Amino acid sequence: MYKYDQYDHAMVRARVEDFRDQTRRRLAGQMTDDQFKPLRLKNGLYLQLHAYMLRVAIPYGTLNSTQMRKLAHIARTYDRGYGHFTTRQNLQYHWIKLEDAPDILGELAEVEMHAIQTSGESIRNISADHYAGAAADEIMDPRPWAETIRQMTTFMPEFSYLPRKFKIAVIAAEADRAALRWHDFALRIVRNEAGEVGFQVFAGGGMGRTPFIAYEIREFLPTGQILSYLQAVLRVWNRHARRDNIHKQRMKILVHELGQEEFSRQVEEEHQHFLALGEDFPQAEYDRIAAYFAPPAFETGLPDEIDRSDPDFAVWLDQQLAPHKAPGYAIVNISLKPIQGIGGDITADQMDVVADLAERYSFDELRVAHTQNLVLPHVRKADLYAVWETLRDAGLADANLDLVTDIIACPGLDYCTLANARSIPVAQKIADRFADPQRQRDLGELKIKISGCINACGHHHAGHIGVLGVDRKGTESYQLLLGGSGDEETSQAKITGPGFDEDGIVDAIERAVERYREVREPGERFLDTYRRVGMEGFKEAIYG
Amino acid sequence: MVDPTSPLPHAGAAGGGPDRATSQTSAVTPTQVGNTLRFRDDPVPDEPAVSLDAFLDQSNANSVRLEAGDDVRLLGPVLERVRLVEIDFPKFRDGRGFSSARILREMGYRGEIKATGDVLVDLVWFMRRCGFDSFAPDVPLNLEDVLASLDRYPHVYQEAADDAVPIWKLRHPELQNG
Amino acid sequence: MKILTGNDLKNGRVVWWDGQGWSIHVEDAADVGDQADAILAREDAACRVNGGYAIEAEPDPAGRGVRPAHIKDRIRAYGPTVRPDLTLKPADPNAGTWVI
Repeated sequence: MYKYDQYDHAMVRARVEDFRDQTRRRLAGQMTDDQFKPLRLKNGLYLQLHAYMLRVAIPYGTLNSTQMRKLAHIARTYDRGYGHFTTRQNLQYHWIKLEDAPDILGELAEVEMHAIQTSGESIRNISADHYAGAAADEIMDPRPWAETIRQMTTFMPEFSYLPRKFKIAVIAAEADRAALRWHDFALRIVRNEAGEVGFQVFAGGGMGRTPFIAYEIREFLPTGQILSYLQAVLRVWNRHARRDNIHKQRMKILVHELGQEEFSRQVEEEHQHFLALGEDFPQAEYDRIAAYFAPPAFETGLPDEIDRSDPDFAVWLDQQLAPHKAPGYAIVNISLKPIQGIGGDITADQMDVVADLAERYSFDELRVAHTQNLVLPHVRKADLYAVWETLRDAGLADANLDLVTDIIACPGLDYCTLANARSIPVAQKIADRFADPQRQRDLGELKIKISGCINACGHHHAGHIGVLGVDRKGTESYQLLLGGSGDEETSQAKITGPGFDEDGIVDAIERAVERYREVREPGERFLDTYRRVGMEGFKEAIYG
Repeated sequence: MVDPTSPLPHAGAAGGGPDRATSQTSAVTPTQVGNTLRFRDDPVPDEPAVSLDAFLDQSNANSVRLEAGDDVRLLGPVLERVRLVEIDFPKFRDGRGFSSARILREMGYRGEIKATGDVLVDLVWFMRRCGFDSFAPDVPLNLEDVLASLDRYPHVYQEAADDAVPIWKLRHPELQNG
Repeated sequence: MKILTGNDLKNGRVVWWDGQGWSIHVEDAADVGDQADAILAREDAACRVNGGYAIEAEPDPAGRGVRPAHIKDRIRAYGPTVRPDLTLKPADPNAGTWVI
């Protein structure tokens, strides 16, 4: 993975001192909250229900054991012993004091971490495929480009006061594990007919109160033009977005209002302008960064067989692994969705366990998935049993990857000032209802996503089953949606009808699930059946 | 594997087209007169700034005032008679003026670009990098705070309208121009 | 009754105006009548509260002080409903029943 050089260190340290000074001025009353808020947001510091919340960047979801141990240390020292992994591969602490924030950023800087541009109207953390560099189906590791773009977009002077947040994703496989088309700007690394590497570019996606799926704005962009192209997109949006209504300032709205053709035309024009200025990164800098992502020294001649005699281990094996490109290795998914737990939450002790496993069994590398789970990307099959035992003892061995209890939920009204309803209790009730392992496996892949408000941080628009919490005359109410997806067949979930209360939504979901079982054809997931029979095929079952 | 056949413009061309102006940010000491902080030593243009529409109409004006939503490229045909462009920030969060300033410099404009309105000290570094060389905010800036903020970041990651050398060039000195 | 709430500027804790200062206990919340704006402006300027606002509340029928009208503020007063151990009164098993 990437290692900071003297320049990266200097910049992150300067940022810490910058924020320390801004915090000092705020605490001394030299700045109002209105003035301080955008500045603290640029360092990921929100004021939430119970305390300040800090969102730490985990660039493209990659971290090592040293960094994970530091995150554990911060949880213990400055928070309440745990952290929460998010749908954008970052980590959140929910009990932070403002007066501690500069010191926390200082500690993060020691291990090459930061909270730069993780919130506010900034270019946010660049997300990538959480199997990057390990997946059998990639054409190359997308992370050198994610890192290149991360540096390009850090403190971009023209684009530091954008109309709204801007989210970028990068992958390098046909399979989309990063929900590309739900981003403002997304890249799939491809080869053209001449064998040249370039980007398939998507623009204008986003969730929130007006979801849009990104469109293909360029079929093939030479990789060397990414800086000029991205600046063109940002400049068109920065200049022409509305600035009078915060709900209409995301780039997806501008694309919708101009139309895709006109937006593309303006971007192409601006791109030509930037190309003429000749500011793209040189190949030498890309090569320097890419060298950090060279594959680890995989062993050869490793055994492929795994001893499945332990039945609990066998169940876990069948659910949690993904194919690795190197023979004898596997990608290991670590569930952070224990049935009675809180999805995405992890204790400081568990962080240390996972750090040790990474160091010992996965070339010191860990990933955070946007599904709020963790990944050990490079584990020898021969080591899987030892890894599983350790995970089991730490409460991290639920075998529910992509199953009905692998629920994505935002923190919701239990933690968040923006929320209208609690989401975690709903997730817990659903998981409890469907807890039986056989039932889960029978239902197969079923992605439930829950948001506590219209900002959609739980990504409910992309759920096979989505749940949206709303405020209905002062009471929590939940809307049910069906048919969303974040994979390469991206689709937006549709609302089924009137909403439900907290217990009603669980019953409604069960009725929808039972309906699926009634009408499914062999091999069909819930999403496939829904796409075949449509909303009409489910509505009666849900509402009776 | 990195694909070596991917076409890239030669990094040496990063000085841009022959017309692009870069402002000297490195060693300029600003002067403060009243509300205005100025990073230029040529005489202050004394004509009052007129609106963009008025400027395009009048052949004798030399100072123009841009609102945040004005299209700075309309000045293209008349750029040589402009000595001062004021760009307003109605709210500091409204970052359109950054693009306007940088576009002006890309068009080859070497005159003064002044930021007005809701300008906080925390914006000044980004503004200087985009080509602003004077500041006349509603609430006066503290010179000491401004100088401290300009000194705070030792490097930059990318090129802009100033002469700062981006980190990637420092990493590859063999690619720098002259 | 009308009460004031916000967060402590330094540590972010939820606080309630008790008539003289800011308490972390909602039971201490005082009815501010029509003085809300004046108090908030003064306290905000003095950095004694961050993000303060006024809300409706009623005396708690169970006699535990004050019950904010909106569930969000009750959660603020109590703590996350899904982590009783992290709430303001982890040892009180009945503390959470008042929230929903």
